[in-house]
Amino acid sequence: MLAIACIKQVPDTTQVQIDPETNTLVLEGIPFIVNPYDTHALEESLRVRETFGMRAIALSMGPPNAEATLRKACAVGVDEAILLSDRCFGGADTLATSNVLSAAIERLAQDEELGIVFCGKQTIDGDTAQVGPGIASRLGLQQLTLVDKIDHLDMEQKTIRVRRKLEGRHEIVEAPLPVMITTVRELNRPRYPTVPMRLAAQEVEVKTWDNNILGLDPETVGLKGSPTWVCKIFSPDRDQGEIIGDGVNDPEGTAGLLIDKLLSKDLLAV
Amino acid sequence: MTSSKILILLLFSASGLVFLWSLYRRLSLVQLGRDENRLDRFGDRFSNMLLYAFGQKRVLARPYGINHAIFFWACLFLVAVNLEFVLGGIFPALHLSHLPAFLYFPIRLISDIVSLMTLGAVVAALVRRTFFPLYPEARNFEGYFIVAVIAVHMLAYFGINATELTLGQERAGSWMPVSLFASRFLADVSPTGLENLGAFSWWVHALALLVIFNYLIPYSKHLHVITAIGNCFFRPLDNPGTPKRETFEPGENFGADSVTKLTWKDLFDSLACTECGRCEEACPAWHTGKTLNPRRLIHDIKVNLLGNAEEVKKGNDPILPLIGGSEEGSCQEEAIWDCTTCGACLEACPVFIEHPHKTIQMRRFLVQERARFPEELLNLFENTEQRSNPWGMPPADRAKWCSPFGDRPYDAESCDYLFFVGCAGAYDNRSKHVTAALGMILDAAGVSWGILGKEELCCGDSLRKLGNEYVFDQLARQNVSLFKERGVKKIVTQCPHCFNTLKNDYRQYGVEVEVIHHSELILDLLEQGRLTLPGTVSQGRMVFHDSCYLGRHNGTFTAPRQVLKKATGQEPGDLTRNKENGFCCGAGGGRMWMEELSGTRINLERVKEALQEKPDTICVTCPYCMTMLGDGLKDEGEDQVRVKDIAEVVAESLNKS
Ligand SMILES: Cc1cc2nc3c(=O)[nH]c(=O)nc-3n(C[C@H](O)[C@H](O)[C@H](O)COP(=O)(O)OP(=O)(O)OC[C@H]3O[C@@H](n4cnc5c(N)ncnc54)[C@H](O)[C@@H]3O)c2cc1C
Ligand code: SF4
Ligand code: SF4
Repeated sequence: MLAIACIKQVPDTTQVQIDPETNTLVLEGIPFIVNPYDTHALEESLRVRETFGMRAIALSMGPPNAEATLRKACAVGVDEAILLSDRCFGGADTLATSNVLSAAIERLAQDEELGIVFCGKQTIDGDTAQVGPGIASRLGLQQLTLVDKIDHLDMEQKTIRVRRKLEGRHEIVEAPLPVMITTVRELNRPRYPTVPMRLAAQEVEVKTWDNNILGLDPETVGLKGSPTWVCKIFSPDRDQGEIIGDGVNDPEGTAGLLIDKLLSKDLLAV
Repeated sequence: MTSSKILILLLFSASGLVFLWSLYRRLSLVQLGRDENRLDRFGDRFSNMLLYAFGQKRVLARPYGINHAIFFWACLFLVAVNLEFVLGGIFPALHLSHLPAFLYFPIRLISDIVSLMTLGAVVAALVRRTFFPLYPEARNFEGYFIVAVIAVHMLAYFGINATELTLGQERAGSWMPVSLFASRFLADVSPTGLENLGAFSWWVHALALLVIFNYLIPYSKHLHVITAIGNCFFRPLDNPGTPKRETFEPGENFGADSVTKLTWKDLFDSLACTECGRCEEACPAWHTGKTLNPRRLIHDIKVNLLGNAEEVKKGNDPILPLIGGSEEGSCQEEAIWDCTTCGACLEACPVFIEHPHKTIQMRRFLVQERARFPEELLNLFENTEQRSNPWGMPPADRAKWCSPFGDRPYDAESCDYLFFVGCAGAYDNRSKHVTAALGMILDAAGVSWGILGKEELCCGDSLRKLGNEYVFDQLARQNVSLFKERGVKKIVTQCPHCFNTLKNDYRQYGVEVEVIHHSELILDLLEQGRLTLPGTVSQGRMVFHDSCYLGRHNGTFTAPRQVLKKATGQEPGDLTRNKENGFCCGAGGGRMWMEELSGTRINLERVKEALQEKPDTICVTCPYCMTMLGDGLKDEGEDQVRVKDIAEVVAESLNKS
């Protein structure tokens, strides 16, 4: 049975700046990382692999350099890593992205029964939280979003019971396999790669599937298959902060100044 | 030859062979460890051996060491005397008494006195072991047994001499005051009684010798009489705290989870330990009630080696785990994480055992082979790998502190120094003041400097000490190639951890750069008159806390003190434990980033020690010490005492108008 983790390579957003002239992201020299939520998806795929003997596969759609992301997945121990990369996939929105990912998952499911697709709750760059649900609806999978705990997995009956983390409450939900799960941080603590695994991951073959393999209608992928596009990116104006005191001397006096400020802005009531 | 002489000859020849065989079997166990070269610089090694083994220099560094030195020197002398005893017993012609009087008499005199001193040392050792042991388990059978055997051996020696004197068989009587005194008690004994007593004493003396050579030396901690000499020879010649480099090829093992993965020197160390307990007395972890005890660490390695040797020699896996078991011979994981790598044990050990290396090798195994470490380290590891600083702050913010100075990119042509700011200096709010103070001082002295800004990466000190050699290696390579690319010749740091890493660890990566810590550079500038202070600003009563990595690990003790004196006009006071014997703040070895869950807190212990001196200002030279002591003062509710870096003290005097 397959446990597939969809992982996306994202720029380290703490380091991304917006060019004020052109209103575009300055991505030059910015390191790429695995989308943080996806590390939890990946970890959970490894845990069900270890506990239930599933086969863990990591999937990522992206440019050729996204291979680095998949090598990281290999370093923590996935059985197989597949990069979905083709010029025609470029410029995809969430619809086109989930088309490609769904096609790849469908292809994998031809040879082996599909159990769980794990996606992150959302990405830190696109932030839409749509791709996971998009895959689920395209493949007709049950969708269990915002999961912070897998309560029970019954491999005989093929059912799964999970806990969803919602605003101010939890929800226990049960569903028949196969399912698509989106993961929140509380689900697990991603493992740290060992050095032998890191070294082995450098040698592993990361498969690349292009559209010759997936055979999707070019009109449904990439820019062409994307009904939404980004018109403009800009940083909203923010009030300039103010630094009170020098951080060392006179803590009482500085605290007094801060209280006065907060009072004057009606942020504190006496 | 009489039959008894043949018996003696056979007995002692057999004993000699057994001794050599036992010694060989024990010492050859170190071959189970990995290779390591300790035969370079033979001359230096040889003189170290003379000074520290035969000269007992380190043994004498503690008051009680004199007793051991007496034992040691006496034993050296008595080994020669005993050789004569055995040979003379078998071949009377070889007896020393055939020597001319001017040689023989003084030898007798010295033997007599040395033997008496040894007896005195035995009594002192008994008293100490019983009433003032360094640690409770020191009162063990073996400890008393050796002292008893030596005592018996010495008493028998006087027994032999006293009977010979009474029987008139000894011509050097007047040169043997102690034996002569003993002979007074035998005045009434009949000649046959004397003969018997003499023979009895001879056999007791001989038997004690056999016990020493065939049991105590090869099979107890007293093997150290031999291995300690070796350990002084094999001691690390450069910075003893610098871990060895690990290389990363597929199929290799990383770190050590068994004695076979330690080096032969690590195993030799375990056989050289005298169990004196000086390391644990100095250890901040043990002092504050943690699991780690450096003496126990070395002892466990020895027990593990002895327990596994047979299996390993047969090519099997070790049976007793080196890590994680709770029995003797196994190191608890908690203990492995307790070490601050402060080096106090390295400094205290009379025989140069290298404790933190073992800890670091076991950490390397846990981190690199098992990904098993205290959970708070996960963020540190990932932040440092991804954003090249421990907090995961944006690399682009690394140069923010520098805005008051304008753009200061390093350029080999126009800069005297690369200012390697370090993560704390660049991001930590408190330390940024020190960074700025140093920038100001350098400007005032007309020293040109530049920074690498966002290209500077964490030096990797904490990661290396925590056993994450793989990521350290990446950081080190990148920093080193950046230094080479930019043609860096001289580097100044404001953090002893950066200083030590760049100076000692990066040398393993082939950098030829002069690295200086700000305390020494500032002193230089003051002494050369390039930096002139318009006046001195008093810091009230001032004490100085030694940073382990500036002080003990790199031997810089006087520069910061002199800087303080020049900047304030006052001598800084010392804490009770200072300089070589300074006590860690608790942050080294990556402990900066870890919870301190058991025992009392190391920083509190140090702060309390500082507060005994009633200071107004505690002066430091390290951002970690600054944080730890600052936190400690807060916890003690001391809001009047300040912690300041020496650069800040100098900057205050510089700004005095
Ligand atoms: C401002 C902006 C500009 C963009 N510009 C472009 C562009 O010019 N060219 C372009 O190609 N794309 C562009 N995109 C990317 C694209 O629109 C989305 O990022 C992409 O469709 C995924 O959506 P998301 O990032 O919101 O993912 P979410 O829906 O938030 O992601 C949920 C989960 O789905 C999975 N997932 C999402 N994407 C992938 C993937 N690629 N591979 C594997 N798993 C994945 C992960 O598990 C993830 O945690 C842009 C996005 C934004 C926000
Ligand atoms: S380095 Fe310091 S903390 Fe570690 S064992 Fe030695 S004395 Fe103890
Ligand atoms: S390791 Fe050194 S200091 Fe510690 S007990 Fe052994 S000999 Fe003494």
